[in-house]
Amino acid sequence: MKSRSLLADIGKSFLIALWFIVLLFPLMVMKVNVSKGVAQVQFRWNMLPLVGIGAFVLSLLWRLALEWNERRSNTNRAGGSLAKIGSLTSQYLSITGVRRGALIILLAFAIAYPFLFGMYHTNIMITAFIYIILALGLNIVVGLGGLLNLGYAAFFGVGAYTYGLLWKYVGQSFIAAGIDPGWLFWISLPLAGIIATLFGILLSLPVLRLRGDYLAIITLAFGEIFRMVMQNSGDLTGGATGISLIPRPWLFNMKLTPQKAATYIYFIAIVLVAITIFVVRRIEDSKVGRALEAMREDEIACQAMGINLVKNKLITFALGAFWAGIAGVVMAAQTTYINPDSFTLWESIIILMAVVIGGTGSIPGAIGGAILLKLLPEYFRALAQYRMLIYGIAMILVIIFKPDGLIPRKRKQYTFSEKELAK
Amino acid sequence: MEYFLKLFLSGTAKGSIYALIALGYTMVYGIIQLINFAHGEIYMIGGFTALILGGFFFSNGMPVWLVLLLSVLLSILYAAAFGYTIEKIAYRPLRGKPRLSALISAIGVSIVLQNFVLLAQTEKFMPFPSYLPEFSWLQPYKEYINSTQLIILGVTAVIMVFLTFLIKFTRTGKAMRATAQDMHMAQLVGVDVNQVISVTFIIGSSLAAIGGVLICSYMGQINYYIGFVAGIKAFVAAVLGGIGSIPGAVLGSFILGWTESLGTGYISSDYEDAFAFVILIVILLIKPDGILGRTQRQKV
Repeated sequence: MKSRSLLADIGKSFLIALWFIVLLFPLMVMKVNVSKGVAQVQFRWNMLPLVGIGAFVLSLLWRLALEWNERRSNTNRAGGSLAKIGSLTSQYLSITGVRRGALIILLAFAIAYPFLFGMYHTNIMITAFIYIILALGLNIVVGLGGLLNLGYAAFFGVGAYTYGLLWKYVGQSFIAAGIDPGWLFWISLPLAGIIATLFGILLSLPVLRLRGDYLAIITLAFGEIFRMVMQNSGDLTGGATGISLIPRPWLFNMKLTPQKAATYIYFIAIVLVAITIFVVRRIEDSKVGRALEAMREDEIACQAMGINLVKNKLITFALGAFWAGIAGVVMAAQTTYINPDSFTLWESIIILMAVVIGGTGSIPGAIGGAILLKLLPEYFRALAQYRMLIYGIAMILVIIFKPDGLIPRKRKQYTFSEKELAK
Repeated sequence: MEYFLKLFLSGTAKGSIYALIALGYTMVYGIIQLINFAHGEIYMIGGFTALILGGFFFSNGMPVWLVLLLSVLLSILYAAAFGYTIEKIAYRPLRGKPRLSALISAIGVSIVLQNFVLLAQTEKFMPFPSYLPEFSWLQPYKEYINSTQLIILGVTAVIMVFLTFLIKFTRTGKAMRATAQDMHMAQLVGVDVNQVISVTFIIGSSLAAIGGVLICSYMGQINYYIGFVAGIKAFVAAVLGGIGSIPGAVLGSFILGWTESLGTGYISSDYEDAFAFVILIVILLIKPDGILGRTQRQKV
């Protein structure tokens, strides 16, 4: 690999900046405004230097990053200071005492959180927890199974609608019988998981034969069909207006203030997150998990090793859908209102972004990604309108420069010493 | 019968619209097996460029035919430049990596472009002026077909013939076919694969821009989101016809257009977008290679 001089890089970046100025000129500098059928164009010349300088700096960084990327893959060394910090942390975390201590501190903080920060922040945290469950579920499909699911929000919707529809059709008779309708939450929770799983199996049946990209597009189709059906069957599901006044979960017939209810749902969510993490971890280490990983790496080789691909794909979709269903019920209980707009393709894509940016196949990655994507826009309101733009750019950058995500999955390595071998 | 004929003709017009976009999709997929989600966005950007530049030229008092010519040419140039740039930035570094990576990158590009136009221009629907000529001799039949539809139909036919010719009989086309068959072998026999892929993206994006201008003229409006749905539908059309096949893309587009049109006319207009997805699911179940596609064996 020949070394390039920085000067040549700067020259190239200058040319690229020129290219981008020309390329983005009509869209960035000119702004169209149509009034009375006539298009008026105004010029925003202040954008011009912005585009130029931005493109120059970014392209310089880009070239350096690409070079760094190449060098890294060539020499395969541990990487920069960030990686060192990462490996140091994981080293410390592998000491049982430190790990337990960290976990206890984290847990204590999580328990104290709703009492420390009030309802607004508690609600934001619940949303983040819901996304953690979703990201972990999708991580089974995308990370473990290597199947791209672009209709994941539909399963989320199946969960939410299970609770919503139960409330809509059974709720009144519950009230008439003198039973708190909040019970429906506890009924819906397992039910939604099961129904979503069934939907997952149903969906995976036709797609079993398909390759990766067809699979992505067909799951997208399923997701959109789900949304359209929910939107257009107004009598049955409330149509575009959705279902409102969904009861909060039952807690010993207590009438909870919104503040207390939020705290209560917060704890339900946190328990569910803990269960999800536990189960997903066990899945990863199980026979099924290994088979899924093998399938992701190479379908044909996997089949040759005697693994039943059809069965495994079914399992992948079913497992992924289950958690989305659970998350959906929590979401319906938190917002007390659902409509089809919450389950669009963009929802699926945001969950996918959380998984990809966090680290495909990595449990801490999925958790980190979900927290990052859900909390950042809440606390940086000024950037809210740039949210999708930033996420999109971040996803492209991660895929190109750090395909394993920000918190990469740790590959299991089996080492044995010669001594053991001699035994 | 007259109702049917009307629906059939409006389906034909719809089909030729999808065909313009599907041709670019199918070309890119045929060569690098990537669902270029950003293709629909290129089409949208083509339309927007024409709207902006056309508006600028028109308000400066240029004659309509010159406005049309310049805005179409420039939007083709710009769309081609966008396609070229996107391929270089977002897809080329991922060549040779798992195919899912490029697909995710394509989704990212699509989101970035949509939001870029949303932020840099507007989130509202913009009325799109039509600079296309009106044929007076078509006046008696305007209930069935209007001039814009006829122009779209004609342009689609010309482009299909042009592409078939390009791929079958030119050197570039030969290189494209070689690259599509086996990238490494093509490289070994001296095909500049990077260049071929760039050319493919440039051609595909140019077609998308032509589609963008024509379709926006036909619909009379544009916003940042039009590309995504159109792109997905065009992809469905391409899959239906057999992805990678030029006549297949056109055939698939017409079938999709007719189905949508007849479906909304006879069944329900609530589910207009769902027909495409149902077709997609059915075709992938019955014949995943499409109507005119060749069966491909998966290789290790």
